Amino acid sequence: MILNRRSFLGTATAASAALSAPMALGQAKPRVVVIGGGSGGGTVARYIAKDSNGAVDVTLIEPSRKYYTCYFSNLYLGGFWEFDALGHDYGNIARLGVNVIHDWAVGVDRDAQTVALASGEQVSYDRLVVAPGIDFVEGSVPGWDVSQQSLMPHAYKSGTQAQLLKHQIENMREGGTFCMVAPPNPYRCPPGPGERVSMVAHVLSEINPTAKILIVDPKENYSKQALFEEGWERHYPGMVTRIGPDFGGENVEVRPDAMEVIIDGVVEAVDVCNVIPAQKAGKIAELAGLTNDSGWAPVLPADMRSRMDENVFVLGDASAQGAMPKSGYSANSQAKVVANVIRGELTGSRIFPARYSNTCWSLIATNDGVKVGANYEAGEDQIESVSSFISQTGEDAELRQQTYEESIGWYNGIVADIFG
Amino acid sequence: MFEKLKPLILVGALLAPTTVLGQATPIGDASAGAQVYQRECASCHQIGDGAEHRIGPHLNRIFDRRAGSHDDFRYSEALVRQGRDGLFWDLARLHAYIENPRALVSGTRMSYRGLRDEERRANLIAYMRAYSDQPQNIPEASPTAIAREVELSAETLAIEGDVEYGEFLSAECTTCHQRSGEHSGIPGIVGWPEEDFVVAMHAYKQKLRPHEVMQSVTQRLDDEEIAALAAFFRELGRE
Ligand SMILES: Cc1cc2nc3c(=O)[nH]c(=O)nc-3n(C[C@H](O)[C@H](O)[C@H](O)COP(=O)(O)OP(=O)(O)OC[C@H]3O[C@@H](n4cnc5c(N)ncnc54)[C@H](O)[C@@H]3O)c2cc1C
Repeated sequence: MILNRRSFLGTATAASAALSAPMALGQAKPRVVVIGGGSGGGTVARYIAKDSNGAVDVTLIEPSRKYYTCYFSNLYLGGFWEFDALGHDYGNIARLGVNVIHDWAVGVDRDAQTVALASGEQVSYDRLVVAPGIDFVEGSVPGWDVSQQSLMPHAYKSGTQAQLLKHQIENMREGGTFCMVAPPNPYRCPPGPGERVSMVAHVLSEINPTAKILIVDPKENYSKQALFEEGWERHYPGMVTRIGPDFGGENVEVRPDAMEVIIDGVVEAVDVCNVIPAQKAGKIAELAGLTNDSGWAPVLPADMRSRMDENVFVLGDASAQGAMPKSGYSANSQAKVVANVIRGELTGSRIFPARYSNTCWSLIATNDGVKVGANYEAGEDQIESVSSFISQTGEDAELRQQTYEESIGWYNGIVADIFG
Repeated sequence: MFEKLKPLILVGALLAPTTVLGQATPIGDASAGAQVYQRECASCHQIGDGAEHRIGPHLNRIFDRRAGSHDDFRYSEALVRQGRDGLFWDLARLHAYIENPRALVSGTRMSYRGLRDEERRANLIAYMRAYSDQPQNIPEASPTAIAREVELSAETLAIEGDVEYGEFLSAECTTCHQRSGEHSGIPGIVGWPEEDFVVAMHAYKQKLRPHEVMQSVTQRLDDEEIAALAAFFRELGRE
């Protein structure tokens, strides 16, 4: 018998009898479909395939042949990392037995338990993992929409946007202004905008030292703020100005054709403008009916299972899980919990209680790295933060250099963990 | 809990018999805390959207704030002094201050007798927590809940590690440490003698070894878990 949602809903006794026996016994292989081959989806596909030794049929749906990480894309902007080194292909994930389909998922029929692909094909599943990352909230920065992304790049999803932004920064007129429109909470990578400003400042101080950086920020405060501000004052004095909500940072509009930013009614001419709009779960999560009014997909804290459907898990940035920041590290950590649960449900292997953690490193200047991290546990309603740490202001140069080297180690570690 | 399929949560529980739900203990019951706030604090302090200083300063973003640090509020010299000395409002300090303000700051102008009832105080603090920075936005923000206790025992080194559990736990390590054992900015840990592994992990856990990420990771590993990890990484080294 293939278990689907209808039989699931049949009678409680039938369902529990079926469920107490692992699905793999006496039937075709159970099928897991993963939508999105990023930090979360790549990890979950790999871990289920690796740990189940072929007992589970895993399909990964991802349009790109190569995944370019957002992590270290700021270091690429700063000239500390090569663009090619951000790219990872799916060869090793496929070699573990994952069926990798390079296509877009365009819909999910949760009653029939199938995913529709842009090619017109349907893929059916026993368990579905949805890990599409983020999309932008339309109209969140008046004057900007994705059709303007070549004039005012976001560089907040993986790929060519980072190259475009780098090109614009390097070709900015002497003494020009780089403007960043920072996003409201919650958004992917809380220290990401601060790290980006640091890397842009690094490049400009080398090639265009009279240039200015203007941050327009709707938030009162942001992650690692004291560390970034200390670093900017030390390494790039006078270059960075931040306009927070008190001075109109909440009320911003852009005119991409004129390269203007209107802050609380005052027109500023800028030379490069990096617009990072408000964010929500990747579109497919919404199409699948997995999101709520917040735009994110609510999940149960113990295992990232969708609150809308017990056969579906939502991972990484797209999920509304509670206290974990939207980061590659978090997505990878959540994916391992989900892989363990799905494998257990489908093959009868042991299921262990969730363990979640996160650390985010940022580079401020050459050899000046800082980090922030925390442990998380499932609470009753959401994932909770139970302890945290952060680098201190005033740390000595050797420690900062060691922290930077550690971040390189982390990058190599996580991409090996997902794609290696 | 499931918005659409409420009854099936039981089935979910059957599916995952060993999954422990709700490990972290909440600070308190924030909705009960709203009432405590109304009775005990609201006549002097505002909190929430548009809150302003009144008789006392507003309480938005009180967690992680240095004592006496609003520029536009006139505090007692005693409170400002404590702030200069390094008093930040965290869970423990807020508990102590609300229980008896003078225990923490002699000479505070907060003429409040204190709230002795621990449960009501915890609920109140949970309510106030909601108006401070959230860790999903600012990961370094104060924790939102209390971690479960992890016990140390004398027979630690003798525990025989559960390799399968170790494999699950090891996934937390391999975000940074490579399975291949390779070093690059982060040391390799594959194939270590089990005893060295266990000793090192306990040294991080007791904060004898300094690294914050490792201290944080080991903080919530109990003896069996450390033994399981040691056993798994030993096995991985043999492969
Ligand atoms: C500048 C910057 C710096 C960052 N630095 C760090 C850092 O230092 N550390 C850190 O931990 N995190 C960092 N992050 C955050 C990190 O990149 C994200 O949190 C992480 O990638 C989220 O993983 P995910 O799997 O949820 O989404 P993603 O990694 O974005 O993966 C989603 C995948 O789904 C695919 N997809 C989307 N829709 C569909 C569909 N309909 N069908 C099929 N596939 C689909 C996409 O092509 C994509 O490959 C940074 C982010 C930015 C922008």
